[in-house]
Amino acid sequence: MSNAYIPFPSRVKEIIRHTDIEYTFRMSFEGDVKPGQFFEISIPKYGEAPISVSGIGPDTVDLTIRKVGKVTDQIFENYEGGTLLMRGPYGNGFDIQNYRGKEIFIIAGGTGLSPVKGIVDYFSDHPEEAVSTTLIAGFKSPKNILFRQDFEKWGQNLKVIKTVDAAPEDYQGLTGMVTRYIPDLPVTDLNNTAFITVGPPIMINFTILEILKLGVPEENIWISHERKMCCGLGKCGHCKMDSTYICLDGPVFNYTEGKNLID
Amino acid sequence: MGYLISKKAADEWLAKLSESHDIFAPKCFPGEGCFSDTDVIRYGQVHTLDEIEFDRRSDYSFKETLLAINETLFYFTEDTSTVPVGRDKRLLIFLRSCDLHALRRLDTIYLKNGPEDFYYRRLREKADFVLMGCRKSCDTGFCVSMGTNRTDRYDLYIKCEGDSVWIDCPSDASPLCAYLKKTGAPSCGVVPDYVTENNEKVTLPKNLSTETFDHPIWEAYGSRCIGCGRCNFVCPTCTCFTMQDILYRDNENVGERRRVWASCQVDGYTDIAGGGSFRKKQSERMRFKVMHKIYDYEKRFGEPMCVGCGRCDAVCPEYISYANLINQLAKEEHE
Repeated sequence: MSNAYIPFPSRVKEIIRHTDIEYTFRMSFEGDVKPGQFFEISIPKYGEAPISVSGIGPDTVDLTIRKVGKVTDQIFENYEGGTLLMRGPYGNGFDIQNYRGKEIFIIAGGTGLSPVKGIVDYFSDHPEEAVSTTLIAGFKSPKNILFRQDFEKWGQNLKVIKTVDAAPEDYQGLTGMVTRYIPDLPVTDLNNTAFITVGPPIMINFTILEILKLGVPEENIWISHERKMCCGLGKCGHCKMDSTYICLDGPVFNYTEGKNLID
Repeated sequence: MGYLISKKAADEWLAKLSESHDIFAPKCFPGEGCFSDTDVIRYGQVHTLDEIEFDRRSDYSFKETLLAINETLFYFTEDTSTVPVGRDKRLLIFLRSCDLHALRRLDTIYLKNGPEDFYYRRLREKADFVLMGCRKSCDTGFCVSMGTNRTDRYDLYIKCEGDSVWIDCPSDASPLCAYLKKTGAPSCGVVPDYVTENNEKVTLPKNLSTETFDHPIWEAYGSRCIGCGRCNFVCPTCTCFTMQDILYRDNENVGERRRVWASCQVDGYTDIAGGGSFRKKQSERMRFKVMHKIYDYEKRFGEPMCVGCGRCDAVCPEYISYANLINQLAKEEHE
């Protein structure tokens, strides 16, 4: 009988520093994994934290980690040349099949870009598989911007709107919340769209309101819920919303289903 | 096959069973209750029938015999992890009908919701269950309303009265009754006692939906809740836990990862790193718990989670009645 609680050691192959408190850890991993799934990452003695997959390589997964808690503080202190313990992947993840051949609009806030980054990467590498792909990514301020190198690459194949909530006066880029840019999205066929939105709960709420105002059918919208995934195995109960276990049935939901979930 | 033997013979049989089983049953711990001069009835290891509390409901359920309050998942040193060895002996667990129904809920969460749980599975496989009958209803229980007052899913049934002990062993081939057969214990028909009526009667609302989430009843009941979590800890069907790492003070390179019981009523249950949390008010937490027990779980698994044991109402320090809350929801629905 296998014991799903036992983590495996994974080597830190590369570190990509986005900000002082947000790094991407490229971890050795071989196995099936989808964008939007998550791993439980740990350092013995400090505990586990659920972290979304932010990129998938042939023998690696990227985990973009923000230094905000007991476990992640330790990871930032102790990663050098080392290994982290992992178990997973868990959750359903995003299914590329739902988005192929569509006008895709991805709206992400802050680290919410991590779980959808695999989708952005995929359609940036295979632009011919979608009618069009547009990314709206919002960050708090210019210094909070993540995935700077990736934005350069995405800019070549996708329409990218990178905005910050607030910026110094001399800032050259776009400013304002992500919701500001939704009314002007170049939608041509509402019925053939796929909207994906991930971020803090309040951002998701307002983003969906704007998307619905465009006349987008609810079934064309997908969201990813972030909750306290403590075991990742449908046992510990912390991530449950109504009758739904986010770690098993989510974190990705079609809006027709996700809108009914109440904490 | 049923047997009628003396208490002395029954204790000899238990002693024989103790070679293969550790026996856990509700025991009275005098003076150890929460308030002064009160007893507490909780599970402990027993060797004789006299140690077992047959007459009163246990304050805490049997679940701690299968799910330890603190359970070590593995020990770690610098670079290895070691899973604690499982128990050698089998378990013999005394419990009542409502609790045996609760066992199925535990099985559902730990064995069917997602992958099988390694630790629960290895203990569960070694557990045999002894039904204790109920001759009269306990105070706050409403097992009849929940349909959990009877069960035939026991490995043994034991009833004590004076010096007589009645035993039912439904499986004739069970090693549990081998000793009784060998010693030629007199056989007789034994039917477990069960109650057909409780003082507390509960009607489940039939038309619950996510709209019920906005009902003012949650604030009315939840505003009295102090968030102590006792209702969760005494509940035989509450299964939540939190993962926890600890390190040993005498050698900081060594430690263990545990899971510890968690309560959806207590602060911190939904906190995520960075400061977010999802149900800040006690009324929201009360709604979450009650809806799980009588609606959400059923939606997912086909039967209510609550078995009507009534322990939560008995333990609440604020005298909040979960049974009244449900009845009020049902009553309003009827009106």
